[in-house]
Amino acid sequence: MYKIIEKEFFSEKVVKLVLEAADIAKSRKAGHFVIVRVDEKGERIPLTIADSDIERGTITLVIQVVGVTSAKLANLNVGDEILDVVGPLGKATHIENFGTVLAAGGGVGVAPLYPIVKALKEAGNRVITVLAARTKDLIILEDEMRKYSDEVIVMTDDGSYGKKGLVTMGMEEVIEREKVDFSMIIGPAIMMKFGALTTKKYNIPTEVSLNTIMVDGTGMCGACRVSVGGKTQFVCVDGPEFDAHQVDFDEMLMRLNAYKKEETEAYEKYLALQQA
Amino acid sequence: MEDLSYYKEKRSEDWRVELRKTKKAKERTLMERISMLEQDAVERSQNIEEVNLGLTEEMALVEAQRCLDCANPTCITGCPVGINIPGFIKKIEVKDFLGAAEVLKDTNTLPAVCGRVCPQEKQCENSCFYTVQLKKPPVAIGYLERFAADYERNSGKMAIPKVATNNGIKVAIIGSGPAGLAASADLVKFGYDVTVFEALHEIGGVLKYGIPEFRLPNEIVDVEIENLRKMGVKFRTNFIVGKTASFDDLRAQGYQAFFVGSGAGLPRFMNIPGENSIGIFSSNEYLTRVNLMKAADNNYDTPVSFGDTIAVIGGGNTAMDSVRTAKRLGAKRAVIIYRRSIEEMPARVEEVKHAQEEGIEFMNLHNPVEYIADQDGHVKQMRLQKMKLGEPDASGRRRPIPIDGSEFLMDVDAVVVSVGVSPNPLIPSSLKDLETTKWGTIVVNQDTMQSSVKDIFAGGDIVRGGATVILAMGDGRKAAAGIHDYLMEKVKKN
Ligand SMILES: Cc1cc2nc3c(=O)[nH]c(=O)nc-3n(C[C@H](O)[C@H](O)[C@H](O)COP(=O)(O)OP(=O)(O)OC[C@H]3O[C@@H](n4cnc5c(N)ncnc54)[C@H](O)[C@@H]3O)c2cc1C
Ligand SMILES: Cc1cc2nc3c(=O)[nH]c(=O)nc-3n(C[C@H](O)[C@H](O)[C@H](O)COP(=O)(O)OP(=O)(O)OC[C@H]3O[C@@H](n4cnc5c(N)ncnc54)[C@H](O)[C@@H]3O)c2cc1C
Ligand code: SF4
Ligand code: SF4
Ligand code: FES
Repeated sequence: MYKIIEKEFFSEKVVKLVLEAADIAKSRKAGHFVIVRVDEKGERIPLTIADSDIERGTITLVIQVVGVTSAKLANLNVGDEILDVVGPLGKATHIENFGTVLAAGGGVGVAPLYPIVKALKEAGNRVITVLAARTKDLIILEDEMRKYSDEVIVMTDDGSYGKKGLVTMGMEEVIEREKVDFSMIIGPAIMMKFGALTTKKYNIPTEVSLNTIMVDGTGMCGACRVSVGGKTQFVCVDGPEFDAHQVDFDEMLMRLNAYKKEETEAYEKYLALQQA
Repeated sequence: MEDLSYYKEKRSEDWRVELRKTKKAKERTLMERISMLEQDAVERSQNIEEVNLGLTEEMALVEAQRCLDCANPTCITGCPVGINIPGFIKKIEVKDFLGAAEVLKDTNTLPAVCGRVCPQEKQCENSCFYTVQLKKPPVAIGYLERFAADYERNSGKMAIPKVATNNGIKVAIIGSGPAGLAASADLVKFGYDVTVFEALHEIGGVLKYGIPEFRLPNEIVDVEIENLRKMGVKFRTNFIVGKTASFDDLRAQGYQAFFVGSGAGLPRFMNIPGENSIGIFSSNEYLTRVNLMKAADNNYDTPVSFGDTIAVIGGGNTAMDSVRTAKRLGAKRAVIIYRRSIEEMPARVEEVKHAQEEGIEFMNLHNPVEYIADQDGHVKQMRLQKMKLGEPDASGRRRPIPIDGSEFLMDVDAVVVSVGVSPNPLIPSSLKDLETTKWGTIVVNQDTMQSSVKDIFAGGDIVRGGATVILAMGDGRKAAAGIHDYLMEKVKKN
């Protein structure tokens, strides 16, 4: 059992949980994720380790509520326990001093981006971060990002905060202004797809962190498979980060909808039960 | 084969000699092999209860009489772990069912499991005197093994094996499949402080996430795990060695030897066009969703695909388990697509027979070459090619050859790909010094199961690349002996 010792809402649908998981805290690196099963009847879902504290033996998760499991997690309180947490999974991010790095985070993708930005900064890079969301309330981790970025550009779709426009606009602004040596884009699949197209135009080496559907997270099931450079890869063991310009985003977007119907129904049922 | 003198000695005990005289061999051979009680085929294809219901006491007593208690029990040579087969069967004949279970447990940690899932027709029963000499149906060794083990479990008098006093030496077992469980049982008996680390949230490996309830109820595995707990084995779930902690971390925590039984968990795909469409799964994914995550139960959160027509590609146990699962989840057509003929299927004969009875369709000598998806990316058709059999290949089976121009389309709602697994690369990739083969299996000394890293031993599918429960258990036990020798030697030196 993994006890929750801190909880904070970043916005109505985005929650931060700090939980006890001493072994994972010790061995995790930027880019790693865990698989969580909330309770006996729960499904296993992947979540990036946003931060950790070895001394306290804790890891931090930032969760966006999109369906049953994420809603169950957001409903837990300090002192509650999560049944299963396993990790750290996936390959850690390859960190080096590239020079100037453009980091782009969309929505809850900012959470997994945060430890990477931190590591990139600590490796001596000049880091320019673009944070994007639909509206002001959905911008998360801004202060944390500012601490480890040389510059932060905020973009909102509705212009309620920062600049008005999509993440790609913010990215292009930087690319046209100065030489970018490497780019890291994390967010919803559709945002990563367009972000990747943007950096491809300028031939900037780019990585994305894919958020496919998973079951075990250890390479055992193949649920997480995507095509990268025409070859099938398992996101949980070969990734989650891949060369953005090789990923077949259309296939990935399609596969994310594999259980759309079941998930929507289950979520509606869950919400109805919560209200009852 | 090892020395059979141990069996000979047991065979000359007075009660055995007397028992042989109670019925003439001739009479014994005229008796008919007992049939297993089974759930009705139509009924069972709609529930997940176990198909085989076991033997009654009367049936077991009769079947036990068929065994001739041969002077040269060839059956034993067919069992990968050399169970004293007449030894336990004769105990059944004299109604000492607990005694029979005890004989089984001398060599087999999980007889209730092996009695159910061993490919007996290729192993012990294939070497029985009846099969070899009389050309008659063999003694139902598997059924009797299951009977004795079930009797013991249900008697409430399950013997918890004696363990030596804890010697304080820590040993880590990686993976809780049959290999790991068998190794842990022996090591705790020798007195070691044993911890089993398991990546998943459940103990049991393939016995839990792979083999379905209708063939091997989880409860049976759970009872064995509970017994191991009582013997002092510790279990840590959600712990991936090589990720959650490295071998060096564990060494620093005082672990002095390791047994790796991490299995062959990596599913293979065929790399044909359209294979990443929605609705196409590996059998591991399909079975894990249903068995481990209970996806077919509405009260559980994990979803699984249902559909009218489900095709399963392959001919092994995993394919049979998947297709029979699909049928139980309500598929109108559950179809096996296999590129060779039915005789060449690697699955247990009983499973193929059960599948046929349950209305599974068999499309042998067919192979998929492409999947076609609808506009949402969901598979709707598969292009199949007909095959014919050519010359035997290295495995002795006749090679399937595609027939040109034979392709046609078949409508499907979901496809389960069950064309084999590869060794789980997590451990090998986390250890630079570990010697592996080009297939990714760990290289070990055949006698001690020691790997190229002195304190690491390995067995089961991670060494064999995909084998059987009994072979995995045999490896686990051999490794436990190897670890014991290694550690005793080490202690002596210090
Ligand atoms: C390596 C990795 C790291 C991740 N890190 C985080 C993280 O740090 N924080 C976080 O909030 N989420 C993260 N995700 C996504 C998270 O796993 C999913 O949002 C979660 O599985 C949804 O479960 P649910 O039951 O709440 O919703 P579901 O009922 O499963 O899904 C609800 C809706 O979300 C969509 N969806 C389903 N699965 C995913 C998915 N994997 N990614 C995106 N959309 C999906 C569906 O199409 C559906 O419409 C990560 C995913 C991966 C693979
Ligand atoms: C569907 C199916 C049906 C089968 N039917 C039969 C049958 O009828 N008869 C038969 O004899 N055989 C059958 N087999 C084969 C048999 O199950 C295997 O040969 C046997 O289970 C191998 O045992 P093992 O202990 O080596 O590995 P497994 O049973 O695969 O167990 C390995 C365990 O190790 C864990 N693990 C892996 N890496 C790590 C790590 N780094 N840290 C911690 N834990 C780890 C895994 O999660 C897993 O639980 C079947 C297999 C399948 C998949
Ligand atoms: S363990 Fe398997 S092979 Fe050995 S006797 Fe029992 S059923 Fe036969
Ligand atoms: S070979 Fe057959 S008949 Fe002979 S001892 Fe073995 S099981 Fe009995
Ligand atoms: S999640 Fe099962 S293989 Fe990646």
